[in-house]
Amino acid sequence: MKIKNVTKFKENIYRGIFTILAFASLFFLLGITVILFKEGLPIFQKVSVFDFLFGRYWYPTHADAEFGILPIMLGSLWVTIGALGVCVPLGVGSALYIHELAGYTQKSVLKPLIEILAAIPSIVYGFFGMVIVAPFIQRTFHLSVGLNAFTGSLMLGIMATPTVCSIAEDALSFVPKSFREASYALGANRWQTLINVIMPAAGSGISTAIILGMSRAIGETMTVLMVCGGAAVIPHSFFQPVRPMTATIAAEMGEAVMGGAHYHALFAIGLILFLFTLVFNIIAEIISRRFRVKLGLGR
Amino acid sequence: MDEKVRMEIKNMNFYYGTKQALCDINIQVYRNRVTAIIGPSGCGKSTLIRLLNRMNDLIPHARIEGEVLLDGHNIYGPDEDVVDVRRKIGMVFQKPNPFPKSIFENVAYGLRVNGIKDRQYIRRKVEKSIKDAALWGEVKDRLNDSALALSGGQQQRLCIARALAVEPEVLLMDEPASALDPTSTSKIEELIQELKKRYTIIIVTHNMQQAARISDYTAFLMLGQMVEYDLTPKIFTNPAKKVTEDYITGRFG
Repeated sequence: MKIKNVTKFKENIYRGIFTILAFASLFFLLGITVILFKEGLPIFQKVSVFDFLFGRYWYPTHADAEFGILPIMLGSLWVTIGALGVCVPLGVGSALYIHELAGYTQKSVLKPLIEILAAIPSIVYGFFGMVIVAPFIQRTFHLSVGLNAFTGSLMLGIMATPTVCSIAEDALSFVPKSFREASYALGANRWQTLINVIMPAAGSGISTAIILGMSRAIGETMTVLMVCGGAAVIPHSFFQPVRPMTATIAAEMGEAVMGGAHYHALFAIGLILFLFTLVFNIIAEIISRRFRVKLGLGR
Repeated sequence: MDEKVRMEIKNMNFYYGTKQALCDINIQVYRNRVTAIIGPSGCGKSTLIRLLNRMNDLIPHARIEGEVLLDGHNIYGPDEDVVDVRRKIGMVFQKPNPFPKSIFENVAYGLRVNGIKDRQYIRRKVEKSIKDAALWGEVKDRLNDSALALSGGQQQRLCIARALAVEPEVLLMDEPASALDPTSTSKIEELIQELKKRYTIIIVTHNMQQAARISDYTAFLMLGQMVEYDLTPKIFTNPAKKVTEDYITGRFG
């Protein structure tokens, strides 16, 4: 009897520990959200939500301060779209290659190698972009500055590629082998099978990969801070310097007076960024859930 | 008997890496007959049937020796187009594997990938194939529903319809009823009797009663060797080898 009680006691302790650990991340999420709202919302006592979101001028330290984040949001939007232009073909293309064409040996080398791209610290990408890519872009396109949305997009795209490639390749390999066999047995060739059976079956998984790549691009800070040029001006071309949301917060938070309008405005930018990535992640989750149901893998 | 040979397996050896899975197999498959391949688990039945439409090409480090002739033509010949081979030799798999598409599109798929564009023709052919697979009555009002909504037995008949649509010369069935309930199984068995009037069928089964019921010829495989191949009644009533008798009477397996 005594032994049994001890076991039961131990089990309860383990159960308690793991429960606490599991709920810890929920607690952090909640805490961060609360702080974001608490510190971000006060700015709307000074500027209306509309003026904040669609105001064209960001002069936070001016005597007559203006807090319009449209140029900053557009900066983020441009580099994110640009990054998608790089990471979608690169990531999905390499996933297709790894899955379809690479032999077993190639596959076992290539995929980990591409994933190592994700392990390079973002400061290194920034450094690389600043010292090597930006001057190259400047010379090639005869620009006055090499640090612009284009260079930023390029770097972000390369950074998001491993995310897209890795998740897209997983999605492709989740497609049951029996689909491929069935297609081959009907006299379909490799490309017909890929386009008509494998890709549609993996389609939502690939979309998820792209959306998560997008989250990665929009949330990246250090690289964009270093290579995008940092001008909070509405961009009219890809070759103009921009100042994405993350870079704005990183660059200005140190100088903002704690509790001041500028400080609250930066928190509000963080809040909006958080809402963006939250929406991306929810969409990705919904799509991937539909994907599992479609393939009959259960929820 | 004046049987016509449709397929012939000649001196076939097959290796997974260094491990030999099939050893000197010789079988003649006759036109409009059902040939069953039986044997204990792991004897190489599935490996053998998958060699007949080059499905095992997908396996890395596999190697084949010998010939598989379809109407006297080696399907492993150097100029042979594997896609063409697979169109001529259809296959139904152990587990029903419809595509996550509509019922109609599942059957139309084989026609489309073989370059048929005529919608009228596709519609007629889909209907005929589903009828031939004895599924029409159950699905005719919901051809646009997902194939995954069908029951297991219906899915398997859909897979048969899908295979029939491209008019193969030989139909391979790898334990087509092993994942199905008894009612669905007997439907599939009836269907096989019907189909053999127009097709040559090779079926792998672990179920000896099934082989006895539906096949004309039976090959008994054990440990990658073909022990005996003969008319089904002969195999089941008066086998030439002791080990065959032991197996069919259930002494092992």
